[in-house]
Amino acid sequence: MNHLLSIADLGPDGIEEVMRVTDSFVEVSERAIPRVPALRGKTVVSLFYEESTRTRLSFEMAAKRLSADTMNFSVSTSSAMKGESLRDTCQTIDAMGIDALVVRHSSAGVPWQVADWVGCAVINAGDGWHEHPTQALLDCYTIRGRRGSLEGLRIAVVGDVKHSRVARSGVLAFSMLGAEVTIVAPPTLLPPSLEGWPVEVSHDLDSVLAKVDVVYLLRMQAERQSEALLPSLREYTARYGLTADRVQMLPDDALVMHPGPINRGVEIAADVADLPRSLITRQVANGVAVRMAVLFLLLGQGPGGGTDARG
Amino acid sequence: MLVIRSGWVVDAGGGRTADVLVDGGHVRAVGVDLDVPAGATVLDAGGCIVAPGLVDLHTHLRQPGREEAETVETGARAAALGGYTAVVAMPNTDPALDSAAAVREVLGLGAGAVCDVRVAGAITIGRLGRELAPLGEMADLGVRLFTDDGDGVQDVRLMRRAFEYASSLGVTLAQHCEDKVMAAGGHMHEGEWSSRLGLPGQPAEAEELMVTRDIALARLTDGRIHFLHLSTAGSIAAVRAAKADGLAVTAEAAPHHFSLTDAAVAGYGTVFKVNPPLRTAADVAAVKVGLADGTIDAIATDHAPHAPEDKEVPFDQARPGMLGLETALGLALTELDLPVATVLALLSWNPARIAGLESEHGGPVAEGRPANLCVIDPTATWVVDPDVLASRSKNTPYAGRELTGRVRHTILRGEPVVVDGVATR
Repeated sequence: MNHLLSIADLGPDGIEEVMRVTDSFVEVSERAIPRVPALRGKTVVSLFYEESTRTRLSFEMAAKRLSADTMNFSVSTSSAMKGESLRDTCQTIDAMGIDALVVRHSSAGVPWQVADWVGCAVINAGDGWHEHPTQALLDCYTIRGRRGSLEGLRIAVVGDVKHSRVARSGVLAFSMLGAEVTIVAPPTLLPPSLEGWPVEVSHDLDSVLAKVDVVYLLRMQAERQSEALLPSLREYTARYGLTADRVQMLPDDALVMHPGPINRGVEIAADVADLPRSLITRQVANGVAVRMAVLFLLLGQGPGGGTDARG
Repeated sequence: MLVIRSGWVVDAGGGRTADVLVDGGHVRAVGVDLDVPAGATVLDAGGCIVAPGLVDLHTHLRQPGREEAETVETGARAAALGGYTAVVAMPNTDPALDSAAAVREVLGLGAGAVCDVRVAGAITIGRLGRELAPLGEMADLGVRLFTDDGDGVQDVRLMRRAFEYASSLGVTLAQHCEDKVMAAGGHMHEGEWSSRLGLPGQPAEAEELMVTRDIALARLTDGRIHFLHLSTAGSIAAVRAAKADGLAVTAEAAPHHFSLTDAAVAGYGTVFKVNPPLRTAADVAAVKVGLADGTIDAIATDHAPHAPEDKEVPFDQARPGMLGLETALGLALTELDLPVATVLALLSWNPARIAGLESEHGGPVAEGRPANLCVIDPTATWVVDPDVLASRSKNTPYAGRELTGRVRHTILRGEPVVVDGVATR
């Protein structure tokens, strides 16, 4: 594996490998001094063209726990503001002799272009509506931690699938690991075509909830209302929000997940987010270990000499 | 004096083996085993097709305003190498070609070029879709096609007036069909691939809405319309029906709409971004049927050069458009399962007629006619290499693709401007 661009590229074996390596880094994260020298001397740069606190911090913490040097290219204070092109910026940073670029951009496909332009490893930390592979990996890891495996699990992904990179990566990863995925959304928030998507579709959350093992809520953004995709957030909540009443419909052992940041009272009721079945904080915690695994697989010697680290 | 030796001469009248003698800018004789006058240049055409020069209805020469991407001179050279003896320059330059002065400037730049450069004028001032441009003063300079290409005229009332006004001038309106509201924010065809790639799409219906609207206006005004770069099955069906109804409708399709699908966008390569966007395999099939059954009258390149800085950017920020002049003939001969004479009709005499150039281009290869000719080796295979194209830009989507059929010589007004695949100036 030279880059981590998409779940589609990674494939089921690649996901399983990340899961296995993550197991060992969870243990590291629980140590009193959660740091190993695996990537000493390596440099990881995060290049975020779109605001993101949690993903950026998570990658930074993952790199630091592996003893890598980390740098932050903050677009708002940088040469990008002076009109430097994306290509020039990437090649300038690459020329400093770095080992990995963690890229977030509001345009789909940018990590592919960056990978063409630079010599270092590229990690997609979210590209437009397209993919957010490390989110899907940490979600798989989190579900696996509770249920042992995703094989045969029924997962409902609820909300704005159309604009969601979390959904695109998640749906692919969940189904690669054997889960049955149902997406639940109003038609305006579905992609124009679901040709080739390994999913069932429903517009009725109530009819889905009783039969799921995991309900995965997507963040609803207020601007969808102004684009005439929704009459109002209030109507969205009434039909698609995970309210306290709806939680009662879930099987006892069903799990609630959300990629964050959550809109309490919109896609998820305030008290639901804090229930024991809610894995939202667990997802964040696992995010660091999963990103350690990804960085290690890309930059470190793979376990057992490196050959099995190359997906 | 020039003799084109032993070619298979093809024009709208059919084909025959003959030599073609050219002098003083005109064809002087066509016949078997003509005597070669002393001092005449002989161009070998053995195994080749000798045809009227190709005519492109849809070329972006980028001058004035974006000379870093193309100039009249470089675009004309690319055209000549592609077998074209005439191109119609689109008016979406900066400033737009919306006045006699602007048209005169481009015609002047084209005067010494290796291809006959004609101009399409803008329908509205600045291509802004608000006020009619002075169509009459541009028609007086010989402009026969008017379009706001790059955009369609959105305002239906204004478009109606344009139809009515144009009818008195004997000119043809040409429309880039795209309902702006429906297509807003779309960077590729809306469908399976846009959904998978997370790119906002524009649906086929954004094109078809304007095609059907303009057919209705043509009916209402008894007007004439040429549809630029049709790309969807629905558009082609609508034009087929309009022609069956006897309306004065013509249409073109671009080579990329019969040779590439939206699946090409999968790697986010910005060379595959074009407007109208690459469509589905079913649309490609419909374009091919439309070309075969005469619904689509012409293949037009939509040659759209862009500088690297406009393409080496995120997909949703890249300018749409791809090169076309040097690959159109090869693509047509390689991808279309049509007789050579049909391909040449689509590339030469049909577009010449739509552009009002039939007295100079696309006519029969016969004594007394202007010597605007191309010589094509239909069996030559070649691999497209962006670095050796004559265009100032390199944004071809066909890099590395093998094509069969290549231009060997191009003759403009009797002058060999391309000999053995090399531009002479």
